[in-house]
Amino acid sequence: MKVARTGNEAFAEAMRQINPDVVAAYPITPATEIVQIFSQFVADGLVKTEFVAVESEHSAMSACIGASAAGIRAMTGTSSQGLALMWEMLYIAAGLRLPIVMAVVNRALSSPINIHCDHSDTMGARDSGWIQLFSENVQEAYDNLIQAVRIAEHPDVKLPVMATTDGFILSHCLETLDILSDEDAQDFIGISPERPNLIKSLNEGSPITLGALDLQDYYFEHKRQAAEGMFNAKKVIPEIGKEFGKRFGREYGFFEEYQFVDAEVVILVMGSTAGTAKDIVDEMRKEGKKVGLLKLRVYRPFPAEELAKALKGKKAVGVMDRADGMSAFSGPLYPDICAALYDIDQGRPVIQNYIYGLGGRDIRKEDIRYIFEEIIKTAKTGKKDYTLKYIGVRE
Amino acid sequence: MEDKKAGWKELPEGDVLEGASSLKFKTGNWRNRRPVHIPEKCINCFICWISCPDSAVKVNSETGKFERFDYDYCKGCGICAYECPKEAIKMEDEKEVEK
Repeated sequence: MKVARTGNEAFAEAMRQINPDVVAAYPITPATEIVQIFSQFVADGLVKTEFVAVESEHSAMSACIGASAAGIRAMTGTSSQGLALMWEMLYIAAGLRLPIVMAVVNRALSSPINIHCDHSDTMGARDSGWIQLFSENVQEAYDNLIQAVRIAEHPDVKLPVMATTDGFILSHCLETLDILSDEDAQDFIGISPERPNLIKSLNEGSPITLGALDLQDYYFEHKRQAAEGMFNAKKVIPEIGKEFGKRFGREYGFFEEYQFVDAEVVILVMGSTAGTAKDIVDEMRKEGKKVGLLKLRVYRPFPAEELAKALKGKKAVGVMDRADGMSAFSGPLYPDICAALYDIDQGRPVIQNYIYGLGGRDIRKEDIRYIFEEIIKTAKTGKKDYTLKYIGVRE
Repeated sequence: MEDKKAGWKELPEGDVLEGASSLKFKTGNWRNRRPVHIPEKCINCFICWISCPDSAVKVNSETGKFERFDYDYCKGCGICAYECPKEAIKMEDEKEVEK
């Protein structure tokens, strides 16, 4: 059914259909509406969720951890500083292998304080053991959150998942959403698979210990287990994306290729900017330029082999980073892409980095056209004049 | 506790253990000084018992008197000796005790 929804409304609708046992959340712009709308669903009796209005995001994630450790479904939503405040709990959720699902609205991190979009908040969580799914539009945000539950709870994965939207650009913009019927959504999500290692945690007759001290002799083994969950997620995510496509007509993989097969130069981007970039690709294609787009949906686990396979033979790749890695080198996405493509023997593209859109700075079509023109120049010579350029910042 | 340690494939997932697993973790082996009780000075006020952060002061429930230190869990912090109003607990170097 086609409806008009903002990104936040779409996330809230997905949460209503998921009907989690516990939602613990704290408001933060621009993610506030997600749990605000959802709390209305709770008040109206549309879901069976226990809604916990906590005093901070640190507590929100802690409450989700407690709930999930008791073997039930727990969800939350946040953004920016809220995600930052959850930071230590993020690692604990992943380390305890708890399939918590979180809707994240990407927003810049202070300082300076700013409520608008960039990806620096989730980039700070990229090594935490959470699976990260980025969304180009409201439809993908909704679809990602529905799939996130299945991915997180898959017995081979058992890791938390965050699905993201770009702050305000998606969270507050009304788009057409093809929403699943409640029956279809709930049938796809299914009931939570039993987690035998946790099933006894609320049974006082046979208590368990969770999160015990784990020193030199066991910590490494537990981390290796979590890493295996992430390796397995690489198999599970496309499987679930395919199943989703089969049932509902929208298939999902690690990334989307747009005007890609015969493209000589490619822009690689995550989130809503992919939509703008597609417009430019269309325009430049009409001018006879062989430009294409690769939109990365799954950032963690990182599909390195798949990216290498897809990008092999391209002449130049422009990696667009909506975060500054503050490394005096590049944004955070760029080194990952370079590492993924390094082992290509023949036909390795020249790769350049473009940091853009920090703190919600508009990324205009002209900006993306400029990047294409830059990498077309690079493709001609096969050599790059520079590694990194900032796009859209005043000198 | 000296049996073969589990590899990551066989270890229970997600740092989940049976309940009360800390009882198996004999933290007493962290100790480098141990408290020694001097019965002649002790007035059984139990300030040591209430002060011990590791519940390592054992009181005999029948006699209501100091019984022993639980050296399995006493970390040798010395709070009992410090708090004792009658100097009825002295701290001895573990190396000396071993001799």
